Amino acid sequence: MPERQEQVVISGVGVITCFGVGIGLLWDAMIEGRTGLKRIERFDPSGFSSQVAGELPEDDFKVRKIVPKSHRKATKVMCRDTELAVGAAADAVKSAGLTTAATSDEPPTIAPDRVGCHIGAGLISAEVNELGAALVTSKKEDGTFDLAHWGSEGMQNLTPLWLLKYLPNMLACHVTIVHNCQGPSNTITCCEASSGLSIAESRRVIRRGDADACLSGGAEDRVNPLALYRQHCTGRLADCDGSEDLQTLIKPFSEDATGTVIGEGGGIMIVESKTSCTARNGSPWCSIDGIGCRQSFADSPLEADPHAIESAINKALVEANCTANDIDVIVPLGSGIPQFDTAERDGLTSVFGDTLASIQTITTVPYTGNCMAGNGAIAISVAAKAIKEQTLPARLGANETSGLLASRSDSKSMSINKVLVVTPSEGGQCVAIILGRVEA
Amino acid sequence: MTRVVITGMGWVTPLGNDLDTVWKRMCNGESAIATIDRFDASSFPTTFAGQVRDFDWKEFVQNPSVHHEPAMNSQFALGAARQAWDQSGLGEYKDLNLDRSGMYLGAGEGVLDFSAHSMIDTHSWDVEDGKVDAVAWAKFARERLDEWGEVEQEPNMPLWHVAKEYGLQGPAFNCLTACAASTQAIGEAVSVLRAGDADVMISGGTHTMLHALGITGFNRLTALSTFDGDPRKASKPFSKDRGGFVMGEGSGMLVLETLEHAHARGATPLAEIVGFGSSADAYRITDLHPEGRGPAAAIRNALAQANIDPTSTIEGKPPVQYISAHGTSTQENDSIETKAIKLVFGDNAPNVPVSSIKSMMGHLIAAAGSVELITCVMSIQTGMLVPTINLDNPDPELDLDYVPNVAREAQVDCCVSNSFGFGGQNNTLVVKRYET
Repeated sequence: MPERQEQVVISGVGVITCFGVGIGLLWDAMIEGRTGLKRIERFDPSGFSSQVAGELPEDDFKVRKIVPKSHRKATKVMCRDTELAVGAAADAVKSAGLTTAATSDEPPTIAPDRVGCHIGAGLISAEVNELGAALVTSKKEDGTFDLAHWGSEGMQNLTPLWLLKYLPNMLACHVTIVHNCQGPSNTITCCEASSGLSIAESRRVIRRGDADACLSGGAEDRVNPLALYRQHCTGRLADCDGSEDLQTLIKPFSEDATGTVIGEGGGIMIVESKTSCTARNGSPWCSIDGIGCRQSFADSPLEADPHAIESAINKALVEANCTANDIDVIVPLGSGIPQFDTAERDGLTSVFGDTLASIQTITTVPYTGNCMAGNGAIAISVAAKAIKEQTLPARLGANETSGLLASRSDSKSMSINKVLVVTPSEGGQCVAIILGRVEA
Repeated sequence: MTRVVITGMGWVTPLGNDLDTVWKRMCNGESAIATIDRFDASSFPTTFAGQVRDFDWKEFVQNPSVHHEPAMNSQFALGAARQAWDQSGLGEYKDLNLDRSGMYLGAGEGVLDFSAHSMIDTHSWDVEDGKVDAVAWAKFARERLDEWGEVEQEPNMPLWHVAKEYGLQGPAFNCLTACAASTQAIGEAVSVLRAGDADVMISGGTHTMLHALGITGFNRLTALSTFDGDPRKASKPFSKDRGGFVMGEGSGMLVLETLEHAHARGATPLAEIVGFGSSADAYRITDLHPEGRGPAAAIRNALAQANIDPTSTIEGKPPVQYISAHGTSTQENDSIETKAIKLVFGDNAPNVPVSSIKSMMGHLIAAAGSVELITCVMSIQTGMLVPTINLDNPDPELDLDYVPNVAREAQVDCCVSNSFGFGGQNNTLVVKRYET
């Protein structure tokens, strides 16, 4: 027999995007219909065909300011991805009203060994300036690289803890240290599906009795030459130099869509058993009613698979004990990558049939760029906020879309009881999550 | 609780690429550690490693062209998964529900093309600005980097390759929790099966960091052995003069099934996974908690899930007959792991044999735990405990039974397998002889 099916809720939401730290900043932009995309400023992107991103100015977020004094030294060995995760986690803990080792000297709200941590992370790309500064010391006069010199002397120019900056589990590692979470901790590395799969794991860990709450989500920084290049290699990026109308640059589900752009950001949620949340008088944003996870059988890892999307959604619907007719809003990946959009539309059509064209959608990528491992957490955070506010944010993109109700629109109030968040990923994983309104 | 059994196993390791060869060599106490020949490491502080040899991934797949030039970690995964799949007999089972057949891997990233990256970074270096000229960097990257090779860097690519080979379309996860990844993957795969989300899961790990930048990173951390002598003597877990771990590479894969599913198709369980424990140290990024808090919690939680009291005895003997140690050969790990075992097992601790196969094949990083779990199952099946080799100079502070140097016959019904990773990741599995 399957394990107990304890109800699990999202009791806190922390988000970090190009708009800054906090769901409020992102939400305000989405209500106003204001994109955060702009030409990349962190480095000169002229050498790349895709030069626009959802970039958070480094001056707008200093991780040193939000970690306890005891952890400030450790910020020197945080890569940007880790900084984003630590920022989002702090925001989530505050949102949930939790006391942790980071918030005060008071006893923690939940015992440390009952708090888990599941954070989706990407393939963290080395900072080319940091690595280049060391490598260049082993450059010979003729311009070639001297591996023998590198082995004997050159590598000494890398800081001793260099490797630790780039291990994907360092996002969760720093978060667990800052908040003293001693329960199960994991790092899911499945590109865009990472956040959703992390939330699936948090719920599973809670249901099997190994934790009462988990910090869960994902974060990734792609605004880095190497990371940008790696996305270029997938052929998924839109050619753009920032001179375009950025409000309509990403056109999810439009026949005019030309690709996506990168972003940096993510989200951490407090995923908690309803029992725990109720016991501490917490206020759930929404319940996690159903989750389905599937793997693509497409011919390339760079293609999404309609069958996997359909199957994941159907599994989530069964778990949520509801039908397609009960879904009020869909939050697809909506990346503007033509093949992905087509697969999402086909998969959704298989589940929703003709009614698909009348179901409202929310798309976040036109606002934030594709934040990869952090993208799903941003989508789920916005879905949770939409349920809480009973409001559909504005949509950016094209004036006409195919199959889905995803064309440009203003924000509006509406009754939202159930939201489906679907995330197919590079590499073929797909996760569908159904969030439900929690009655006060 | 849903029972989960192992019905197939396979590995690709520095000691060989099939179950029997590797097992025999481990029972003989052989070392696979040798001078690195994949790149010229002669000037590096560490010049040796456990390297996979004589392995051609194409021999393990039905149609290599389907796989788009997999990176080495994916190649290893395909090799190990084929062995596990064939042993399980699932290929002959026509009623397999592919939507209920999933994967949970602990796979590392692909191999970085250090030669190309070093050229690109140095040629685009702007001496006056003291940083890379990003425009030049992009130009050189387009010229020198293999685009598909960069795509294959993503750690979830082995998932795609294995799924594609067998048509698996169920739940699919990849985790990367440093050296604990594949143990964690297997533990969570068991959890997916118990939750009723799948009938079958392929689980395990695959990894290689045996490239110039990988060795560089661990050398800078001073985590690698720089032993100046016969490389076969370099990995010496629990020795007084242990001086760091030795890099290995490879993959271990297992087919896991609910017992109900295995029975329904007439499969023979090789062993049963009865416990999984996971914890975070939440202490420091570089150090383990000095009291072994996290590792002890993981071991304790795994045994609790298995309903095993580690301090109890069965006919005067401990309830666990073997511990496959994380046993990296670093001063800190081996000391803390010993402390954690003592904390959990109490008076039983000296009577539970503990060994580290890293002494023979090095540290397979993300893949280590899965290979070590397979070792446990082999011990149950064959009644042999593999040794910790190079244990000629015991550390007087470490006083458990580490099965020094020579394999040993033993009745083994229940094993614990530990994996601990950088960042305070602690994971433990408990595996038992299958009984109806």
